[in-house]
Amino acid sequence: MKLTTKLLAATAIVSASAASAVELEVTHWWTSGGEAAAVAKFAEAWNAAGNTWVDGAIAGSGGTARPIIISRILGGDPMGATQLNHGRQAEELIEAGMMLDLTDVAEAGGWADIVNPSSLLDSCTLDGRIYCVPVNIHSAQWLWLSHEAYEKAGQPVPSDWNEFVASAPALTEAGIVPLAMGQQGWQQNLAFGAITIAVAGTDAWREVTLNKNADVARGPEYTAVFEAVADARELARESNVQDWNQATNMVITGMAGAQLMGDWAQGEFSVAGQVEGEDYSCLPGLGLNEILDTGGDAFYFPANDDPEITAAQKELAALLISPEVQVSFNLAKGSLPVRGDIDMAAANGCMQKGLGILADGGVLPSGDQALSADTQTQIEDLMAEFWSGDMPAADAQARYADLIAAAD
Amino acid sequence: MAVVEDGTLNSAKGAKRPIRLFRNPMAKIASIPMILTAMVVFVGGTVWTIVHSFTGSRLLPKLNWVGFDQYERLWDTPRWLISISNLALYGICSLILTLTIGFILAALLDRKIRFESAFRTIFLYPFALSFVVTGLAWQWILNPDFGLQSLVQGWGWESFQFDPLNNPDIVMFGLLIAGIWQGSGLIMCIMLAGLRGIDEDIWKAARVDGIGTVKTYVRIIIPMMRPVFITSLVLIASGIIKLYDLVVAQTNGGPGISSEVPAKYVINYMFQAQNLGQGFAASTMMLCSVIIILIPWAYLEFGGRKNA
Repeated sequence: MKLTTKLLAATAIVSASAASAVELEVTHWWTSGGEAAAVAKFAEAWNAAGNTWVDGAIAGSGGTARPIIISRILGGDPMGATQLNHGRQAEELIEAGMMLDLTDVAEAGGWADIVNPSSLLDSCTLDGRIYCVPVNIHSAQWLWLSHEAYEKAGQPVPSDWNEFVASAPALTEAGIVPLAMGQQGWQQNLAFGAITIAVAGTDAWREVTLNKNADVARGPEYTAVFEAVADARELARESNVQDWNQATNMVITGMAGAQLMGDWAQGEFSVAGQVEGEDYSCLPGLGLNEILDTGGDAFYFPANDDPEITAAQKELAALLISPEVQVSFNLAKGSLPVRGDIDMAAANGCMQKGLGILADGGVLPSGDQALSADTQTQIEDLMAEFWSGDMPAADAQARYADLIAAAD
Repeated sequence: MAVVEDGTLNSAKGAKRPIRLFRNPMAKIASIPMILTAMVVFVGGTVWTIVHSFTGSRLLPKLNWVGFDQYERLWDTPRWLISISNLALYGICSLILTLTIGFILAALLDRKIRFESAFRTIFLYPFALSFVVTGLAWQWILNPDFGLQSLVQGWGWESFQFDPLNNPDIVMFGLLIAGIWQGSGLIMCIMLAGLRGIDEDIWKAARVDGIGTVKTYVRIIIPMMRPVFITSLVLIASGIIKLYDLVVAQTNGGPGISSEVPAKYVINYMFQAQNLGQGFAASTMMLCSVIIILIPWAYLEFGGRKNA
């Protein structure tokens, strides 16, 4: 009864305000607690400007939401704006003329000067025109370490990947799983990517991922990578959880020594009330190569016939990248802002480390930006097979090189 | 028989032959929507899919021909090969076990036991659940930390190990348990209806001849129930080919890619990998496998009867 009343009241408020202002439906897949809090910052700012934010949250991960979003755009029922990961996911939609050209907004706002790293804007750009607004940066190359687990094992907390591998036998003896790993292809691929950048270095990574050079993928640098990943596979043998946050929870509770996961794991530690440096540590670039990739989220605006809506879309685009909104959104989301010129003093230790690396220019484009969804899926399949079985490292390397050679 | 048929044919030729197309026009008009649906949606959709499987379509369907490239890639992909062998394993086991268990349950219920309707309801209940619920429920039952394994270990059998969902070698049997649990109730009901359709006199005659109960079932009743078995077979087979939601709910293809199935490959490559051409090629191969099984069977079943 109470819920019904609340719903009725909410509907009444929405319909009352809808009459007066431009209504934009925004679809996204930010549905966890921290994510919903972050997207509410956008909605507040947009509503404060006298417009109406119609929230179109789609439950499930990006893999569930993306097909829904894309089929709505293709089916002639476009939303006002939508989240996608910046990268190549919307490439064909842009080529088909289904996305709004934001170049004039970008020029007026001077995005070319403020967006840092500039590769974020590049991945929104097709043939010199800008089609999306980057809103945050998420990086994947983080090693999260549990202080509790290392206390139990009587070992100092490692400061890089090699020390971690060396400390693994002590963890196993103490009955702790050395490496927590969710049994899903994208997580195993993420771990592979993080180890690649740490072990092979950025030059080899760039050559393989950006230039699709299969010879380098068959070369000695990548042999070392696959051997390191095979070692990591043995360390994660006893970890049979599925979701990434279950794996993070193993680190939080001291059941596992470490996890390779993106900076969004930060949110889980905060929710559990853990303090960086006391309860857990984070090592960007696995402590070996302080370099982060710069994937993340961007907003796209499907093309629309109504000039009023088009004007509102451009207004929203400018708002999403404005300094105040960037600060409030990214603090709630735990991600890094896309502008280098704003004050993030309120961020915690791990975020500060990330900001420092960004300021020093230690950035790479993300795999999403470099490889098509097709190639990504094939590599994820390979990684899922490799991590769960006994495939020799050399076989995996050969198959990986074949996939790179066939990539477009 | 053949003579009679010839006779009717000749007499039909002799009289003014009505045009068959216009006979009973109302019924034909009424079925036009369904005919159109079948032609446009099923046949049209199938042809469209097959045509586009020879293109390099990615996110959007395009007509840029690439020949058999998609098929070559498909049959070079380990995940597809694993999917096919998984489906074959699941299909054969599920077909045999569901039929056997369904028939045995039906035969037991047919022995005029007490509380028959209560048992029938219990056995049929799993079928009322969707595959997603079935998959989730069995994921929990087979979870080593909370489910069956920890329960038996809690009873004192400390060394008991039963963890199929985390073992790539036997994960398909974890799926099989759930599939059979869900499907055998319906087959039991169909079999039971078939058994009830057998004339009591057959049983009496068998008893008079001194044939044992089991032998009566195997030698007399089962051959008489051929149409019922065919119906069950079709139901089970269609369930096997479209196996998808159970896998997604129970294992999501894991551990690794050891419980992948073809339908999941199609969906993943069409939408997640945004490679329509590859997904279409895989779904065309699924269609081919159905046709390869279906045509000889249909020939035997329908073609054979005319000659009999």
